[in-house]
Amino acid sequence: MRYLPHTDTDRKAMLETIGVASIDELFTDVPDAARLDGLIDLPTKQSELQVERALSAMAAKNVAAGQAPFFVGAGAYKHHIPATVDHLIQRSEFLTAYTPYQPEISQGTLQTLFEFQTQVALLTGMDVANASMYDGSTACAEAIMMAARVTRRNKAVMAGGVHPHYIEASKTLAKYSDVEISVTDPAASGLDEVIAAIGDETACIVVQTPDVFGRLHDLRAISEAAHEKGALVIAVFTECVALGLVESPGAMGADIAVGEGQSIGVGLNFGGPYVGLFACKDDRRFIRQMPGRLAGETVDADGRRGYVLTLSTREQHIRRDKATSNICTNSGLCSLAWTIHMTLLGEKGITTLARLNHETACELADALSAVEGVELVNEAFFNEFTLKLPRPAAQVVDDLARVGVIGGVPASRLFPGRFENYLIVAATETNTPEDIAVFAKALKGVL
Amino acid sequence: MGMNTQGRPTRMAENAATGGYADTVSGSRGLEQAEPLIFERGNLEHCGVDLPEPKGTRTRLGGLERQGQIGLPGLAEPETMRHYVRLSRKNYAIDLGLYPLGSCTMKHNPRLNEKIARLPGFADIHPMQPASTVQGAYQLMGELAHWLMTLTGTTAVAMSPKAGAHGEFCGMMAIRAKLDSDGQTHRRRVLVPESAHGTNPATAVQCGFTVDEIPADKTGRVDMEAFKAKLGDDVAGIMLTNPNTCGLFERDIREIADLIHEAGGYFYCDGANFNAIVGRVRPGDLGIDAMHINLHKTFSTPHGGGGPGSGPTVFSAALAAYVPVPYVQQTEKGAWELVEHAGQAAGEPFGRMAAFHGQMGMFTRALTYMMSHGSDGLKQVAEDAVLNANYILARLKHVMTPAYEGHCMHEALFDDRFLKDTGVSTLDFAKAMIDEGYHPMTMYFPLVVHGAMLIEPTETESKGGLDRFTEVLEALAEAARAGGKDRFLVAPVHAPTKRLDETRAARQPVLRWSPPANELEAAE
Repeated sequence: MRYLPHTDTDRKAMLETIGVASIDELFTDVPDAARLDGLIDLPTKQSELQVERALSAMAAKNVAAGQAPFFVGAGAYKHHIPATVDHLIQRSEFLTAYTPYQPEISQGTLQTLFEFQTQVALLTGMDVANASMYDGSTACAEAIMMAARVTRRNKAVMAGGVHPHYIEASKTLAKYSDVEISVTDPAASGLDEVIAAIGDETACIVVQTPDVFGRLHDLRAISEAAHEKGALVIAVFTECVALGLVESPGAMGADIAVGEGQSIGVGLNFGGPYVGLFACKDDRRFIRQMPGRLAGETVDADGRRGYVLTLSTREQHIRRDKATSNICTNSGLCSLAWTIHMTLLGEKGITTLARLNHETACELADALSAVEGVELVNEAFFNEFTLKLPRPAAQVVDDLARVGVIGGVPASRLFPGRFENYLIVAATETNTPEDIAVFAKALKGVL
Repeated sequence: MGMNTQGRPTRMAENAATGGYADTVSGSRGLEQAEPLIFERGNLEHCGVDLPEPKGTRTRLGGLERQGQIGLPGLAEPETMRHYVRLSRKNYAIDLGLYPLGSCTMKHNPRLNEKIARLPGFADIHPMQPASTVQGAYQLMGELAHWLMTLTGTTAVAMSPKAGAHGEFCGMMAIRAKLDSDGQTHRRRVLVPESAHGTNPATAVQCGFTVDEIPADKTGRVDMEAFKAKLGDDVAGIMLTNPNTCGLFERDIREIADLIHEAGGYFYCDGANFNAIVGRVRPGDLGIDAMHINLHKTFSTPHGGGGPGSGPTVFSAALAAYVPVPYVQQTEKGAWELVEHAGQAAGEPFGRMAAFHGQMGMFTRALTYMMSHGSDGLKQVAEDAVLNANYILARLKHVMTPAYEGHCMHEALFDDRFLKDTGVSTLDFAKAMIDEGYHPMTMYFPLVVHGAMLIEPTETESKGGLDRFTEVLEALAEAARAGGKDRFLVAPVHAPTKRLDETRAARQPVLRWSPPANELEAAE
């Protein structure tokens, strides 16, 4: 086997050094009843060529986003990733390193995490950020638990426009805690219901902007209302490119900003791995209650600047049953991809990219809403919006796929039994005017 | 940098403040190049991406356009390359040498895995595409699920957990759901050995349980008498790592499983150390009810400096009904479909772990690895991993002090008795390994052993490599005992930095870059 360096001669010599006659003598603690005589019933080893052939055939059964006019969003977005990003994250020193627990030989990872944390804080308008969570949904769930610890309250109100997967993941994490989560009606276009639900026991309100239907929300009024009652505001985003053009959560009064970073540097990957962004205000109460790893600046024995993982007394490996979260492994390499892509973009790039996304979406909205029977639901949007169609969106999406257009997400797939005729459509800088024309024509054809 | 009138630099010492050496002009020392933060290198105008000029059409943002700057510096592509390549050189990595972190399984990461994961048919597909356009992706998930269930001898698997700790959460949630569904709401106490990973107690609490610690016996395994004494009708289950974190197989595991089941509880097995037994032992045959599998340990997906991981969690028949959504299944006609809502599921899913379907990028890598090895290769993986750890134990037991007698499984555990009265601590010893070109072993874990040093070589190390490694450790142990503590106390001296002040980092947290005070003044 090509990954195993020992020859049988090596193995024999090593067994001799150990002082046993066979490898079986090293497995004698295994109970007889669980000892297997032969091989497990699975295929045996294969060469690189054989494996590549088999898996390439499997990959070929899928339609890649780059192969078709593609307009799917709803929490994951097709963006162009500069070639530099994938090259750099495949550097052995980044790819095959462990968590930087030995800082003297992990400064590469630690400095990039420190830079990542700063970039996330800047983009979200927050003061500090952690070194990443698994994804946006788990970051959202952890933020709710953090808000409950900070406020010592146990009720969370989630706006119905938060991505349903984020709501489900949050409810799952909170299920056996004392935190109760309520959700307002997703059909409501404004946030009045959320404001009305804020009470004296409310730990936090959770609002996504742009929300799952692509609607933008001004968080200023709701932040004021929440803070008046002593509740925290958690701002959620699934499309971080929006923050290049839309007012930041911090500027609109949010206390914690969480969301999905996939759009920058991380490919679609069929849903994972992604990178959860987690940022908050600089308040000692907050930082001590944050989940996940934090890189911090310090000095070495010569007084030279360096970085370490810090405040680990929050974490499971020190605090065990009293930890702020059970998270250990996070999304290290995806946060590296994110920070490299963001460094390539810089202020100029991210603001331009955001504007291009918005302009493309505006063109798409005009082209699709010109199709007879199609109604644009959103008044305002960034790069994603919702259409009302004259017939069930799930059928329309299947019909579009048959003519080679990947045309969005039926809202009923996220809200079973509801919004049957609604289609959530995203556009990014990757969509050409031809893509838009093909989509509009195809939509007209299948309706 | 300041210059005097002769052009001679005048402010060399500043390099130290930004991470460089003070004895050179540039702060670099040959190939050890100082690299400032991007915030000190870039600015708001630089950009390393060419984008078309926006048309400047009217926005439809409902008046929510961003006011003011973000403050993100950019760099052109060549500068970006250098920044990250220079930083990368300050990292240790598996590809540079033995990475003997016990419990972390730092094995070789095959590059075929990377190639397969990047095929557009896997990397460039969206989780919410119509099912007809992602049949190959569902199939890959289904086949990986089959391998995992077959290797573990279990009947169900949740693919969506995003890392080991997330898998633990998944497993314990299923146990909680099952207990509640059976009206066993008084069962809230979970038994966890003292030697367990910190994630275990943290997870149990996250599922609304309380944690009751079981001590280890003098052989490093669960103290059976203490365990039996803790059983009762309020016990929800046990969370046990096997092989355990001392690198030992729990000999009484069948009896533990039987006793916990008789007591009405369930058996969660932490699969972090599955590498030691894969292909040779099916955990299902040991009586487990749930176990997460770290694809980033046993199945070689890269650790990436701290993730991403992937923690599919397998279940026995008793818990199979509670597997969370989503999961894939095959229809009678052979097509693959996704069950993504509780309402579509045959059982009673306890919820959803995260958005979408799990770490697909890790699934492709892990299946590539499994198919490459096959059942025969995987069995050899376990055997060579155990062989290598025992070889290290055998070669070092005369100079270092094994924590327990007898053979080990995939990792060798030493305590710090051999350093007694040398003035050298486990930490110092570990830092001296850095000077010798090795990443240290896991230190001070498990907690049940004083000054613990846990060495896991993995199966991908050669005999020659292990010989050199043990020679170095032997020499270091002898040097410590011969009164040579000085070199240990200052170590590392040959790393990109000297020992870092972790206390200062925690007491005065600096968690982000901020503009220097004089720049702020200038801006006013």
